[in-house]
Amino acid sequence: MELAPAFQLHEVSKRFGARWALVRLSLTVPRGAAVLLTGHNGSGKTTLLRILATAVRPSSGRVDVLGLDAAREPDTVRAQVGLLSHAHYVYEDLSGLENMVVLTRLLGEPRATAATGMERLGLDPRDDRPVRTYSAGMRRRLALARLFLKQPAVALLDEPFVELDPTGVSELEARIRELRAAGTTLVLATHHIEQGLQLCTDRLHLDQGRSIAA
Amino acid sequence: MRRPGVLASTWVLFRKDLLLEWRSRARINALVFFSLATLLLFSFALGPDTALLRRGAGGYLWLALLLSSVLALGESFRVERENSSLEGLRLVPVDTRAIFLAKGIANALLLAALGLLLVPVLVALLDVRIVLPWERLLTIIGLGCLAIAAPGTLYGAIASHARARDVLLPLLLFPILIPALVAAAKGTALVFEGDPMGQLPSWIALLGGFDIIYWGLGVVLFPRVIEE
Repeated sequence: MELAPAFQLHEVSKRFGARWALVRLSLTVPRGAAVLLTGHNGSGKTTLLRILATAVRPSSGRVDVLGLDAAREPDTVRAQVGLLSHAHYVYEDLSGLENMVVLTRLLGEPRATAATGMERLGLDPRDDRPVRTYSAGMRRRLALARLFLKQPAVALLDEPFVELDPTGVSELEARIRELRAAGTTLVLATHHIEQGLQLCTDRLHLDQGRSIAA
Repeated sequence: MRRPGVLASTWVLFRKDLLLEWRSRARINALVFFSLATLLLFSFALGPDTALLRRGAGGYLWLALLLSSVLALGESFRVERENSSLEGLRLVPVDTRAIFLAKGIANALLLAALGLLLVPVLVALLDVRIVLPWERLLTIIGLGCLAIAAPGTLYGAIASHARARDVLLPLLLFPILIPALVAAAKGTALVFEGDPMGQLPSWIALLGGFDIIYWGLGVVLFPRVIEE
């Protein structure tokens, strides 16, 4: 039996007040694809990623993720999708390890995976400082460690290279290639197009909420 | 591995909420001083009539707890707004009922601890005597704090999305809490002054009924509130 595509968007629009962030967007992304999402600031990239992650609902249209209707089964979709957002989803007064341990327990994963996940992103799990004292790059690494801990079937990365130092960028590129090798569907939104093209096979360009040929 | 159910997730999140409260002890200290200042202001406002102060002691305790609860409830959602942590929990995904239960129980526990701290202050400041057994007072404080925490957590989640959240929360919360506040204040007053007519069980039953209704409503409505 043929597997459902990773995403199918049917005439999806999203409005914030009077402004349309996405306008009747339709697209299909097969499983295992790596899509580079480009566009100017405010073109709708982040909104599209947040709709795919079920963080926000579209104003109209239908979104299917891995063959599931995202509006009807959001939790089933969420269990298989990982979003790296501009917000890092971490608690400032907890240490990096404490943040990761909360997530491992909620995912039902062994506690040891929290420390391993941090080490893979170049963070020291014995560092017991609260996240409030982390640098921007360390916060980004912690957010990435959270994402990879989930082992998502679909990874949505919104500007993943921002705030990372050159070493962090290289390590992240290696992790992204590992994800791709494992068959994870990837959508990567970035302004660093050359870098993105090295990691992705397809490209989707958004302009004022509409898809245009790249 | 198998994902945890509602109760297991509630336990994980409850411990996380308590740890966050402990890490931000300066905020707890502020809450304690605010509630103490409120009690002092009531006693100054009513003058030196100790009999009048003693008669109103139950009410002052619960007004101090109610006013403090607005600070505590607002704070409990501020940490979730930072870095969009609440959205992060939704996307794990965590059963949203577990988020409500964990936060509600943690808020109730914090308020109950504050209530227990205020009782000796009432005794010292207003010359209040605890006539009925201590367990009755503990029951009323426990049920009363659960009564504030359930709608408080629900409305705290609603208000956290608003710009005027500090004003919106008490506007939403206070009218709802009137029956619970009356029952808790009357019950506490009976513990302080004696209960010759045997009215206390009725006030406790009213508080218990309020808790069942609002905790039930919270479990049902909270998932809708925190979805977009």
